[in-house]
Amino acid sequence: MWPRRGRVGDGTGQRGSVGSLTRAARSGVRHPGTLDRVPRVVVDVVLKPEISDPQGQAVLGALGRLGHDGVRSVRQGKHFVLEVEGTPDRAELQQIAETLLANPVIEDVELHLPTD
Amino acid sequence: MRIGVITFPGSLDDVDAARAVRLAGAEPVALWHADHDLKDVDAVILPGGFSYGDYLRAGAIAARAPLMQDVVDRARSGMPVLGICNGFQVLCEAGLLPGALTRNGHLHFRNRDQALRIERADTAWTHDYEAGQRIVVPVKNGEGRYVAAPADLDRIEGEGRVAVRYVEGNPNGSMRDIAGVTSADGRVVGLMPHPEHAVEDLTGPSTDGLGFFTSVLKAMVSA
Repeated sequence: MWPRRGRVGDGTGQRGSVGSLTRAARSGVRHPGTLDRVPRVVVDVVLKPEISDPQGQAVLGALGRLGHDGVRSVRQGKHFVLEVEGTPDRAELQQIAETLLANPVIEDVELHLPTD
Repeated sequence: MRIGVITFPGSLDDVDAARAVRLAGAEPVALWHADHDLKDVDAVILPGGFSYGDYLRAGAIAARAPLMQDVVDRARSGMPVLGICNGFQVLCEAGLLPGALTRNGHLHFRNRDQALRIERADTAWTHDYEAGQRIVVPVKNGEGRYVAAPADLDRIEGEGRVAVRYVEGNPNGSMRDIAGVTSADGRVVGLMPHPEHAVEDLTGPSTDGLGFFTSVLKAMVSA
């Protein structure tokens, strides 16, 4: 077993606090109890349609075994949430997405800015 | 002849690569990913392992390490570079080689002795083989499936960039059985199997891998 990660600074490390942190992050608040709103940018990375996805196919197989026969396809990707200083710069974020977060040889990126 | 072997956080096979260099008759030079110092080496090997725990994508973060900028610059002016397994992934992520390595098609880690066919015997790292020669070396990976878009694969094949191909069974679902590719100038080669684990009778399934490390010595003499 790998050691559990993610016991963040508030020192609680309880499951309940993880949920509240997630809710705080969703509302754009940096820490619970503060009103420090930080712009959040979401980058979704998906495999190009022509690249096969064995992990997605394994998920699809599991869904079938659970009786969910109505799901025709599963494609697995990555979801990044970036908190940025100041107003997000779309061009810079696009560059970040294409040069590090995704490998353009096999993956496409979808950028979601707060202004979208 | 000085051949550098880069150690990244999570590299595993740097010691074996250095040993293969020594057995081939060259001097291995330990290089550290965070330095900007290639220590006057004549060629560089990127070893196998799990740099940065394969976080983000295998080889992605190592490809942006400080020393890799120097490797990319020198490679573009002809310095021989060999990437093995994780090193191959790093070279693809760094843009020195085409294509990408992804999760094995069957989703299992695969570790076995593997037969390969040398497709190109005119690269800096394969001079000592014959074109079409069959060799056996270990393969061990979880993310070794070579992929690219079909049009890119056609171009890679058309340009003769496939250096090594799996034969007698494909261990990971690599497209068109591609085990390794070369740069257009034949100086940069990457492959998923491990020639550095097949250099001595005591520890390997063969000594077939030694040719990669002896080849580059002649490539540097003739360069």
